[in-house]
Amino acid sequence: MPIEYNDIDKLKKISKKIRYNVVKMIGLAESGHPGGSLSATDIIVALYYKLMNHDPKNPNKEDRDRFVLSKGHSCPALYAVLAELGYFDKDELWKLRKTGALLQGHPSIKISGIEANTGSLGHGFSVAVGMALGCRLDKLDNNIYVLLGDGECQEGQVWEAAMAAYHYKLDNLIGFVDRNRLQIDGCTEDVMCLGDLKEKFKAFGWDVFEIDGHDFEQIIGTVEKAKSMKNGKPKMIIANTVKGKGVSFMENNVGFHGKAPNKEELEKALKELS
Amino acid sequence: MRYELGEKKAMRNAYGETLVELGKKYPNLVVLDADLSGSTKTKMFAKEYPDRFFNTGIAEQNMVGMAAGLARTGKIVFASTFAMFASGRAWEQIRNSVAYADLNVKIVATHSGITVGEDGATHQMTEDIAIMRAIPNMKIIAPSDYYETKHVIRWCAEYYGPVYVRMPRGNTETIFKDEEDAKFEFGKARILKEGKDLTIIATGELVPEAIKASVILKENGIDAEVISMPTIKPIDEEAVKNSNDFIVSLEDHNIIGGLGGALSEVIATYGLNKKLLKIGIDDEFGISGKAEELLKYYKLDGESVAKRIMEEYNGKTE
Ligand SMILES: Cc1ncc(C[n+]2csc(CCOP(=O)(O)OP(=O)(O)O)c2C)c(N)n1
Repeated sequence: MPIEYNDIDKLKKISKKIRYNVVKMIGLAESGHPGGSLSATDIIVALYYKLMNHDPKNPNKEDRDRFVLSKGHSCPALYAVLAELGYFDKDELWKLRKTGALLQGHPSIKISGIEANTGSLGHGFSVAVGMALGCRLDKLDNNIYVLLGDGECQEGQVWEAAMAAYHYKLDNLIGFVDRNRLQIDGCTEDVMCLGDLKEKFKAFGWDVFEIDGHDFEQIIGTVEKAKSMKNGKPKMIIANTVKGKGVSFMENNVGFHGKAPNKEELEKALKELS
Repeated sequence: MRYELGEKKAMRNAYGETLVELGKKYPNLVVLDADLSGSTKTKMFAKEYPDRFFNTGIAEQNMVGMAAGLARTGKIVFASTFAMFASGRAWEQIRNSVAYADLNVKIVATHSGITVGEDGATHQMTEDIAIMRAIPNMKIIAPSDYYETKHVIRWCAEYYGPVYVRMPRGNTETIFKDEEDAKFEFGKARILKEGKDLTIIATGELVPEAIKASVILKENGIDAEVISMPTIKPIDEEAVKNSNDFIVSLEDHNIIGGLGGALSEVIATYGLNKKLLKIGIDDEFGISGKAEELLKYYKLDGESVAKRIMEEYNGKTE
């Protein structure tokens, strides 16, 4: 573990700061996806500050754990974490989505710390399966993490990847579904019902856990457990979350899926997060 | 000049409004979307005709397959999402389930091209014309403004067979005064401005930039004809044959395989003695940025286009 923040209070403080930066970045960019970035923040913070073996000074070290953000539109949360950890200059955050800037609207491997080009939903999951296979071929003792949206699970590709991960017995693959129950056109269950995701992944042969995706103890405890189960099965963690978590007027508000806060909203949100 | 650019209006609004109008006229018209109905504007239809609207969730391949099935039961089907996912993700379903069977499915793709802007390369579809063009039976239309879009969508409902319509995300300047002025004729180019030195053939959201470029060229002593080419497949061969000997293609698409590609095929096939300058995305992936800034960055705005034309045209005549 490169970073020794194991106390939950510290992680909570970091998450708050990350959320602050996420909202500020999107506000300054005047575009982006606050809702899904805020719901995923705690998971990404737990991974990078506590769970993953990685080194901002040596982002390509061979035995690193890798994280693929399959729901690529939530990259502000990932960028904010990577910047905080020193993968690139923090000033880049304020140039998100601007012409000629480093930080693209969706993740690109040209950015230090980013493992896969995502943004088209479904893609990242398959790429993570390929990485897990490749790392196993190289006899690396690492883990591949992948974060999916619940709406994203409507893509057929997600289930093709799930099938392959089971088939190839990828117990070095740990997935999360950011189960915030919203997509763009509304609630996931109204748009295209996902039903019992836990049972679905189980039926695909995965070991499945269900947690509160904003509870660090549960995130960390569950990942530690998943890592220790070397039983030839991939692991999926259904993380129940709140879209827009941390900003009162964004919480559970589908309107803030892909809309930046205006000046007033930004001020209000930043106040809540300071 | 006859074609003065008007106020900025979104073509996708025209799409949504026309769907509502057509829903009344055709009781067998159905609409599908893949979790982007607010952006593609199919939501307008969904509100009026909830029983004939189907949201497939984030599942574009399934959406196109379902569109094919609905068409097999005699429905007129409009299926929409962003151009990237409509033409890209579901390409093979479009080819095999829809086009091969020659079914009555209209793929109306919004958010085409580099002008998607901030979302960046994964969402900037600059290859859709190329990949749709290569599918037999498929027709391709890229309307040039809000008013023309209304005619194009009406035409789609009347015509039997697969059509791919692409339109941008943004509000673009209107070319035509009103709907009356914007009459669309399938497969026909439209001369917006006559000129004797060279011909700019533009499509979609870049038609206004072609008009702006022609004004600058005029000031610099070059008399450019401006043609709008809303139908890209089949391409209007006569318009190419009748144009000036120096042609400029202008599109928010890769210069390979799109409008420029189609024009070069006509020129080569008929051995026309014409030079073609292809302006578009020069075989590269896009970046994030505001649409207007990206137009300048990729030199697709009227001013940059005029500058490029002057360099190449003057080079040619020297
Ligand atoms: C293949 C594909 N189709 C459509 C989109 C447009 N899109 C971006 S985000 C989104 C909704 C995602 O919902 P979900 O996975 O639940 O993410 P979250 O709610 O956590 O933001 C859609 C449809 C896309 N990026 N990729």
